[in-house]
Amino acid sequence: MTMEFILGHLNYWLFIVLMMIGFYIVVARGNYIKKIVGLNVFQVSVFMFYISIGKVEGGTAPIFPVDMNIDPNVIYSNPLPHVLILTAIVVGIATTSLGLALIVRIREEFGTIEEDEILEIESKLQLEENSTEGSSMGGRA
Amino acid sequence: MRHHLLLRVITKLLVGPIILFALYVQFHGDYSPGGGFQAGVIFAVAFILFGIVFGLSKVKQVFPPWLVHKLAALGVLIYAGTGVYSLMLGATYLNYSAFTPDHPEHGQHWGILIVELGVGVTVAAVMVAIYYAFAARPPVISDEEW
Amino acid sequence: MASASIIPSLSIIDQLPLLTIVVPMIAAPLCVLFGNRHIAWLLAFIASLVSFLFSAHMLLQVIDGDVLSYHLGGWVPPLGIEYRVDAANAFVLLLISGISTVILPYARQSVAHEIKKVSHTLFYCCYLLCFTGLLGVVVTGDAFNVFVFLEISSLSTYVLIAMGAERDKRALTSAYDYLILGTIGATFFVIGIGFLYIATGTLNMADLAVRLADMGDNRTVQAGCAFIVVGMGLKAAIYPLHLWLPSAYTYAPSVVTVFLAATATKAAIYILLRFMFSIFQPEFVFELHTLTWIIMPLAILAMFAASLIAAFQADLKRLLAYSSVAQVGYMILGIGLATKISLSATIIHLFNHGITKAVLFMVVGAFVMRKGSSFIKNLNGLGKQMPWTCAAFVVGGLSLIGVPGTAGFISKWLLIDAALEADLWWLAMLIVLSSLLAVVYVWKTVEVLYMNEPDESIVIKEVPMTMLIPMWIMALACIYFGLNTDITLTSASVAVNSLLGGGAQ
Repeated sequence: MTMEFILGHLNYWLFIVLMMIGFYIVVARGNYIKKIVGLNVFQVSVFMFYISIGKVEGGTAPIFPVDMNIDPNVIYSNPLPHVLILTAIVVGIATTSLGLALIVRIREEFGTIEEDEILEIESKLQLEENSTEGSSMGGRA
Repeated sequence: MRHHLLLRVITKLLVGPIILFALYVQFHGDYSPGGGFQAGVIFAVAFILFGIVFGLSKVKQVFPPWLVHKLAALGVLIYAGTGVYSLMLGATYLNYSAFTPDHPEHGQHWGILIVELGVGVTVAAVMVAIYYAFAARPPVISDEEW
Repeated sequence: MASASIIPSLSIIDQLPLLTIVVPMIAAPLCVLFGNRHIAWLLAFIASLVSFLFSAHMLLQVIDGDVLSYHLGGWVPPLGIEYRVDAANAFVLLLISGISTVILPYARQSVAHEIKKVSHTLFYCCYLLCFTGLLGVVVTGDAFNVFVFLEISSLSTYVLIAMGAERDKRALTSAYDYLILGTIGATFFVIGIGFLYIATGTLNMADLAVRLADMGDNRTVQAGCAFIVVGMGLKAAIYPLHLWLPSAYTYAPSVVTVFLAATATKAAIYILLRFMFSIFQPEFVFELHTLTWIIMPLAILAMFAASLIAAFQADLKRLLAYSSVAQVGYMILGIGLATKISLSATIIHLFNHGITKAVLFMVVGAFVMRKGSSFIKNLNGLGKQMPWTCAAFVVGGLSLIGVPGTAGFISKWLLIDAALEADLWWLAMLIVLSSLLAVVYVWKTVEVLYMNEPDESIVIKEVPMTMLIPMWIMALACIYFGLNTDITLTSASVAVNSLLGGGAQ
């Protein structure tokens, strides 16, 4: 692990750190909104990862001049990852807004958006069902 | 937001230029960075800003929710319809060159312009629809408190 | 721009790979534009029927090992997006579109009963989008395109599940849980594709297969493979990654449960198959370790643990959901054995389990409609009051267990065959033993339906014909494919050949 190795892969380190932060928030936070925020950080890390691999050393923006006189000496960056990520960003927006919409509905129905409180309400419902409809193996087995 | 005179005046001034800018981004998208996604969002921003300042009921008069839903669907249809048109011309889906077989570049221009228009319409409508969906829920903080 | 200066004139037959998914895709916004729930249903049904006919035609075209390749926008692969249909996808396409076509007549009454009228149009719109997404996942030959279609189907699935909130508010939290897990799975899949793209510089599946052929030692590729397997594993509900499935299936509207149980996990399994055996070569050393030491134990765990949990459920819908997790175990086991017979077993089980679960969940939907509940305790003596519905349940249950003469038997028999061929007699024993667990939970329900005295105070009518006929089409399919195995066996063996050789062409 030379210094060169570490600095040379800087984008990957940042990607891993960001991804793990996002993932940690999703797993460890009980608040539903915070989970969505974590999910966003997680997704954005992947977007940055894709965009960073599209960069060609010394390359410029991949837009041809209007007169289409393309200088063969000019190096262009790879536009494909950007295009892919444009789609992924849109998907990310849709996911986020759907998640938030669900949270709004959950808050209206349950009166809370804290995971532990919701689990408590759900286990109460489950217990009621068990007493009237016969017991079942509950929880998240 | 009746007591914020400054905001109301500025908003009225801004709505027009924002929509104009959105149209610029939309139709200049095949020459310069821009296109349907960006333009759609900018277009929607004009309505969302108007809604934030003048209230949801006012903006719903300008841009009723049923129209928003239909436009969101219409945009997708414009996009898909462009593809179907190229199918009918005997080319593969979304092969714009088929529109003007003598001069494929022109077909490409037309194709991307129409497709981006579809994208723009849908994105704008969806953004406004998302705003409506969230803003229509009963507010937790009353207007005067902030 | 020189992509298509000469434009070939294509007939409608050449356009089939595309039309299969474009028809439902166009029908979805049309539903919203018309804004009428009857028209929406009609559009959904027609679109689904058209897709079904197109997929059937494509299967006939590729059954002798041909490959249909469709270049989107005239851009030639590997640069452009390619839709690539061989026997493997055509078979899965036929399953998905066929099940959707049979479900929709059933859906009309069931949806009317479970979802409020205002949302019907949007329901069918979401349904069509979900349908488009699933078909797209299967038809495409571009790795990133898989992700896009996967998200189209997933996002609409979350909405469809949340529509169950009319009956039980827990539908919302289960949709939310699925959203979080599903997004993590899809994002893992994208990371995996990113790694493959770094290593090879291509996204076309056939091209990937060629370029990856001698890159088995490359760590980037191995990491990519791991991400893809875990990501798709979440979508396919492989045992420890199945947590979203039981609640989602339990609280979703009945029709949605039928559709998802019969198709959604199947599409994910197909993608797993495609990536593991077409794109990564079977000789891929790292993968073989994964298969033996990770996939197989998990499959066996799923077969037993999930069946056992299912046996202790009070809610029939949740019971069947856990049973789905167990059945995914059998499919994964076929992948884990990685022989030609076991892969055929996986593909056939994918099909058979699709139709079997469709019958069972449709029956549950009928119970929900007439009894307002899917708890086993409330189903006392329904065998006398709803004879046809309950008989369909028995047929489906027998197929689920794998009784000879039903579809379920064929796939389990092939799986046992594959295990014996690999000299794993203990595995064959385990397959039989876990099927016995299925007997437990199916019998538990049948006993309540037929042995218990019905509650005479309420008059329970049989469900309407529009629901009974689809139910029985599927039930008869269970029997037909159990007796006549030619169709499934030939399709599956051709499908396996095209999966294994698909990359080489």
